[in-house]
Amino acid sequence: MSACTTTPLTAWIEGIGFLAPGLPDWATARAVLRGEQDYAAAASVLPAPAILPPAERRRASRVVKLTLAIGLEAAAHAEADVATLATVFSASGADGHNCHALCEQLATDDRQISPTRFHNSVHNAAAGYWGIATRAMAPCQVICGFDASFGAGLLDTLGQVIVDQQPTLLIAYDSEYPEPLHAKRDTPDCGGVALLLTPQPTARSLASLSVTSTELAAQTMPDPALEGLRRNIPALRSLPLLQLLARGEAGTVCLDYLPPMQLNVALQPC
Amino acid sequence: MTPLHLSSYTATTCLGPGLAATLAGLRDGRSGLQRCTFETVELDTWIGEVAGVDAQVLPPALKHYDCRNNRLVQLGLEADGFADTVRAAIARHGKKRVGIFLGTSTAGILQTELAYRRRDPASGALPDDFIYRTTHNSFSLAEFARDYFGLEGPAMAVSTACSSSAKVFAAAARQLALGSIDAALVGGVDSLCLTTLYGFASLQLTSSQPCRPYDAERDGISVGEGAAFALLERLPAEPASGSILLLGAGESSDAYHMSSPHPEGLGARLAMEAALRSAGLTAGQIDYINLHGTATPANDAAEGKAVSTLFGQSVPCSSTKGATGHTLGAAGAVEAVICALALGHGLLPGSPQTRQLDPAIGLDYLLSSRPATLRHALSNSFGFGGSNCSLIFGVAP
Repeated sequence: MSACTTTPLTAWIEGIGFLAPGLPDWATARAVLRGEQDYAAAASVLPAPAILPPAERRRASRVVKLTLAIGLEAAAHAEADVATLATVFSASGADGHNCHALCEQLATDDRQISPTRFHNSVHNAAAGYWGIATRAMAPCQVICGFDASFGAGLLDTLGQVIVDQQPTLLIAYDSEYPEPLHAKRDTPDCGGVALLLTPQPTARSLASLSVTSTELAAQTMPDPALEGLRRNIPALRSLPLLQLLARGEAGTVCLDYLPPMQLNVALQPC
Repeated sequence: MTPLHLSSYTATTCLGPGLAATLAGLRDGRSGLQRCTFETVELDTWIGEVAGVDAQVLPPALKHYDCRNNRLVQLGLEADGFADTVRAAIARHGKKRVGIFLGTSTAGILQTELAYRRRDPASGALPDDFIYRTTHNSFSLAEFARDYFGLEGPAMAVSTACSSSAKVFAAAARQLALGSIDAALVGGVDSLCLTTLYGFASLQLTSSQPCRPYDAERDGISVGEGAAFALLERLPAEPASGSILLLGAGESSDAYHMSSPHPEGLGARLAMEAALRSAGLTAGQIDYINLHGTATPANDAAEGKAVSTLFGQSVPCSSTKGATGHTLGAAGAVEAVICALALGHGLLPGSPQTRQLDPAIGLDYLLSSRPATLRHALSNSFGFGGSNCSLIFGVAP
């Protein structure tokens, strides 16, 4: 039987955004992944989104702060105009705190939930705020693949880049549930990665990536703390790829997707 | 885009299970809406509830997926022998070459709502029998379908509120174009839950009567549930006459508001224009538009402006939500199948419940169904967060 992806799907990376526990941005993550700086565990730091008006900024939820932080970092890295970019959001879950508050109230006699809580409950809430903040009217995809969310998001991003021939910003991210849901889904904290992919190389291209399917085991991170992030935050299944990118090395990594299907990614720095 | 073949399709809503019930309901102008008696919900509203969902028994090996949403997945898959056509496609292409692309807005959140009523009084813990991954999570329906058919290829759930299961057609078409798969199971499933019923009520968007899309006195939606699926494959060299084709898809964002559409329907217009470009068609070549038409004052006004700006007032159009209710994340797929039925059976579907057209909206709006020869149909789906998707379907001559 033929492999799932027969010909490599190739795109170029122009910008990277990153945020994870102990790794507040791509510059820090890059230094740690290059071995120039030790990883220091810490809670994720979510910056106040300067792009939002003050009232909205104060109300912004954790997933909105997370996605604006990494998406805008990747776009700035590529000097891209966010108002023109197609986006693919991929997340293993929606806003866990908002979900808990709704379920808690719906279990009481007073079921008159807040309309804001309701519209923030949709899986595409962060994507909706992204559009409002950036004024981007381009296509915006929002995917869930549970633990396979990064791979699912990458595949659809490659589809938009290669088939629709448009630069597309992948924003893969996850966040935590409070108790009691946390005991059922133990994502520890917020984390995510944003990659701006383009259909052709440009002067700003950092590297090309070529994706094929495989059934090999995914590569793990040698550092136990980083391996913990890779395993516990689905978007960070991308870490082996990001390590190659950080080191500016050519190479091939296998990333977890949806067993038995995994993604083989060949990276070639520009 | 390269046209794709809907080699089989099915829909299950409050009109009934499968295509025959759906087609008869549309022809007869029947509505499946009933006054809300769902679960313990106390709201003065009407809903589109699918009969027999909770009688579905999942296969023993998949019982960890058991919840109302996945029971509805199974009910929908087994209607019209659709599941057998999926198995035949897997036999043709291989279990790694059939992808799964399913849309939902709330998946099995009802299971979590019910679990929150059974928390441990001392610790607050959820009950041991509650499984988050295979019931609540937005991917649960796609993972269930993948395991139901023993597939080993790509799978994803799209969750962009009420445009979810329109956007799966676009996502699947991209993977078919890339060559990463040879067939795609696309569709949408959303089931009734307290979050959406009380949520839309909190926004004052539920009607206390059966919803009346595009009516001068429309005052909100009737929440529905549904499961609709299609099998997308590359087109044979000479498609059989009457084959239903996916010709184009267009996606856009309002970038305006979380729960209100752009007042001029700008995002909606961009999506319809993109779908026409994708299909290589002009506005004049569209013979029927299945409107999003939720029956909220704001949606229908904005969509009506966008449609009349682009198509003028001469294209027959209707919302079928007076028949099915608003099936939310399933609406895109349900209405894709309604377009397929319209094209395949020469039917312009009417709009049960709508009595007096809104005179402020200038469209050729179909109050009742009538026969017609159609070549191309466009379907609109718009969701919270300003997510828009338009699809264009055709029929092989």
